[in-house]
Amino acid sequence: MALAKRIIPCLDVDNGRVVKGVQFVDIRDAGDPVEVARRYDAQGADELVFLDITASHQGRDTIVSVVEQVASEIFIPLTVGGGIRAVDDVGRMLKAGADKVGINTAAIAEPDLVRRAADKYGTQCIVVAVDARRVSAKSESPYWQVYTHGGRKETGIDVIEWVQRMAQYGAGEILLTSMDRDGTKDGFDLELTRSVSDSVGVPVIASGGVGSLPHLVDGVVEGHADAVLAASIFHYGEHSVGEAKQFMASAGIEVRL
Amino acid sequence: MNSVAVIDYGMGNLRSVSKALEHVSPNALVQVTNDPKIIAESDRVVFPGVGALREAMAELKRLSLDELIKDLVKEKPFLGICLGMQALFDSGEENGGCDALGILPGTVDYFGQNRKDEKGQKLKVPHMGWSMLDIKQDHPMWHGVTPGSRFYFVHSYYVVANDANHIAGVCDYGGEFCAAVAAPNIFAVQFHPEKSQDLGLRLLDNFMQWNGQ
Repeated sequence: MALAKRIIPCLDVDNGRVVKGVQFVDIRDAGDPVEVARRYDAQGADELVFLDITASHQGRDTIVSVVEQVASEIFIPLTVGGGIRAVDDVGRMLKAGADKVGINTAAIAEPDLVRRAADKYGTQCIVVAVDARRVSAKSESPYWQVYTHGGRKETGIDVIEWVQRMAQYGAGEILLTSMDRDGTKDGFDLELTRSVSDSVGVPVIASGGVGSLPHLVDGVVEGHADAVLAASIFHYGEHSVGEAKQFMASAGIEVRL
Repeated sequence: MNSVAVIDYGMGNLRSVSKALEHVSPNALVQVTNDPKIIAESDRVVFPGVGALREAMAELKRLSLDELIKDLVKEKPFLGICLGMQALFDSGEENGGCDALGILPGTVDYFGQNRKDEKGQKLKVPHMGWSMLDIKQDHPMWHGVTPGSRFYFVHSYYVVANDANHIAGVCDYGGEFCAAVAAPNIFAVQFHPEKSQDLGLRLLDNFMQWNGQ
């Protein structure tokens, strides 16, 4: 039997608190990362991603204690991204209990950071997060560029070339977000996902646009994703992770049940 | 008091391992350490690690832990995890080859970039995620673990054990590979029990009670 496709809830954390309205009816404090993580763990999440969106530099230490707390009682893989600027930042997150660390903007500014972090800590813990935007005209065959700063700043870098380069530098996984789809609930950009997944030898997590359970299936079947990430469909209690897995299993996808 | 030393030689996230051990054995003394004295005095030893075998071996030698480990496995329950399993074998093919501890006969090979599944689809490396385990022998460490359970793996290299009697579990990733080995006092797994949720905790709980036989 093959490797299961992973389902990964993503939590945005600001100053140590989960934001973007997680709404489980029966938890005491929806802003507490540990409570939210506990809930997703109980639902059968295969991994968790924490994205630190804390704006202030001083506030960044809060994510370390969040990771420490979560890693003390949730025994599934944890990925932490946001604000990682140096090899030492990677080390700090790993020491706190993260299994993988996501590098995004800093990799654009300094691609060699990925190489040095992978050399020091191993490729298995380096995730390169890529925010992609489709820049081709409707009549053209599609191509995408890498954006930074939450999709606001263009870099002029071609997404396919970039992910191949990052895999070569030692990224053990690519977290691919379509900025065109993020927040739309229209589903993944499947052409983007497939183009990226087929062009690298490392696993690809599809992200951005999930609004229903069939979207998760499409991400795997059409997009060739190794894992699918979603936030709002899980946060607002529309679907549990367990329901998502059952749905994927009934569509013939191998999942961990 | 049941005591366990988690060998810290700078390779990876040991916090999860120690927290998971504390979780299953709240009354045990769990120490993350590279102090040979503490390691030698503990009732049992966990040898974790992720990353490159060559660097791991260099660190073990630098900390004078390589010879200690060879002695320890003769006398107390010893659990190798991931790189800690690979290091028990003779040698690895990483970066043109390197010697490992040589406690168990076998090698550590690379998955390669041309691994395909049964449908001919190219498989990603690292092998990352939850794969099904096929149990190959009855063992106290498998107590409560049903065959076909999924565990969390993340690795690009795998063990090729020369002695089939050592193979305690296998997994498939474009072909069967050895996912767990057992020998007197030694149990070692390629997957991460500390990241494999309830079943992983079960395995760690079993280890905390295992007498090594």
